[in-house]
Amino acid sequence: MNQTLTGLTESTRDPSDAVYDQVIPAGEPWLHELLRGQTLRILDLKGNQAVDTIFYSAADPAERYSAVDTIRDQGSIYLTTGSRLLSGDGNPMATIVADTCGRHDTLGGACAAESNQVRYALEKRPMHNCRDNYLLALAESDYDMGKRDLTSNINFFMNVPVTPEGRLTFEDGISEAGKYVELRAEMDLIVLVSNCPQLNNPCNAYNPTPVRMLIWDS
Amino acid sequence: MTTDTIDSDRIVHAEILPGARAWSFIVRRGFALRLTDRHGGANCSALFYNANDKLERYNMADTLKAQHTACLTKGHVCYSDMGRILMSVVEDTCGWHDTISGVSNAALVRARYGEARYQEHRNAFHRDGRGLFLIELGKWGLGRKDLVANVNFFSKVTVDDAGAMHFVPGHSGPGAHVDLRAEMDTLVVLNTCPHPLDPAPAWSPRPVDLTLYRADPVSDDDLCRTSCPENGRGFANTAIYHCQY
Repeated sequence: MNQTLTGLTESTRDPSDAVYDQVIPAGEPWLHELLRGQTLRILDLKGNQAVDTIFYSAADPAERYSAVDTIRDQGSIYLTTGSRLLSGDGNPMATIVADTCGRHDTLGGACAAESNQVRYALEKRPMHNCRDNYLLALAESDYDMGKRDLTSNINFFMNVPVTPEGRLTFEDGISEAGKYVELRAEMDLIVLVSNCPQLNNPCNAYNPTPVRMLIWDS
Repeated sequence: MTTDTIDSDRIVHAEILPGARAWSFIVRRGFALRLTDRHGGANCSALFYNANDKLERYNMADTLKAQHTACLTKGHVCYSDMGRILMSVVEDTCGWHDTISGVSNAALVRARYGEARYQEHRNAFHRDGRGLFLIELGKWGLGRKDLVANVNFFSKVTVDDAGAMHFVPGHSGPGAHVDLRAEMDTLVVLNTCPHPLDPAPAWSPRPVDLTLYRADPVSDDDLCRTSCPENGRGFANTAIYHCQY
């Protein structure tokens, strides 16, 4: 274990100093580069909105965030301030430097047409979902990336505990309007986000909402 | 198959995978693979791909959230990222197989067990889980992009209320076995490196017996199909894929 998790931590960064500041409506993707040393704030504007996020090395997108390497290295399944997000190659990609929510999910993955069919009903396939967002954002990008690049993701602001008996549960959110998480890039990154459109799960009160993205230079 | 022994006329192949080694092979639909922890204390890391379209692969998150579980045992299935079932856990004497810890890498093995190069140790040199997976994946045209979260058979890692992960030593005893039935033609990639959270200081990778056998047909009341409504839908999706509905 190489990290000290410090939990709830506020940021002193001033939004008026941000070099980027955009609101992402519910159900839309966001694909953006984050340079080493830059800090990204993800702001939960309305509360309990899942922000499904994958990180790739901009220099070599085959190097990407690995949930299992990240949680094993920190010895905990939840992300919070101090969490170092590792690639499958074992390199630090980003560090959480502020967090007013306190817990972010690493195991729940991104919703898909196919996983919605399994989880809810075969008739749910036509509903919009995160992996559709991912596929379209990558297909329309200049990156040579696609389905093969969709691996484990972080669900910022989601609460997915594991019980001591090994059950995976989806609990009520612990986020609320105005909570945020900040990440400092440890390498040049491609950040792929789906602002989750899930309408079948009470985790977001069946009401997907916008989030705000801010970036500061180092 | 509900007994400890497999009728010999059903067995199509058997071999021993020594400790800290890898192998990959296709298990055709309707066949099953038994993994047996020969001496106790083994770890068998596994990845699964649709043999006919390797872009479809085991998905940890979809597997866990469909079945509301963080570990695998009898009655569970391994889902692909396409809402279909690659393999079903039809027998298990172990009770818990880890899904959330990944595999060791070269730096981890060096830090925990020290350096042991081929130059000095010949074939007893230290291998690592990631390296062995990449070697086997390479044989099928796969690589780092395909190295997703894996299953660690015979290993138990619990999570406490604070989220901390705890490796449970001595979980798997001699002769423990788990049977995986292929629900589609599945490329199975295995390695037997020690679990990455195993605190044992000595390098002592354990062998795993592999037994490939003809499985019983999947009945309507099959335990894996009926263990939760989600799995019923997963089997239905898999049947559609095989043009059976």
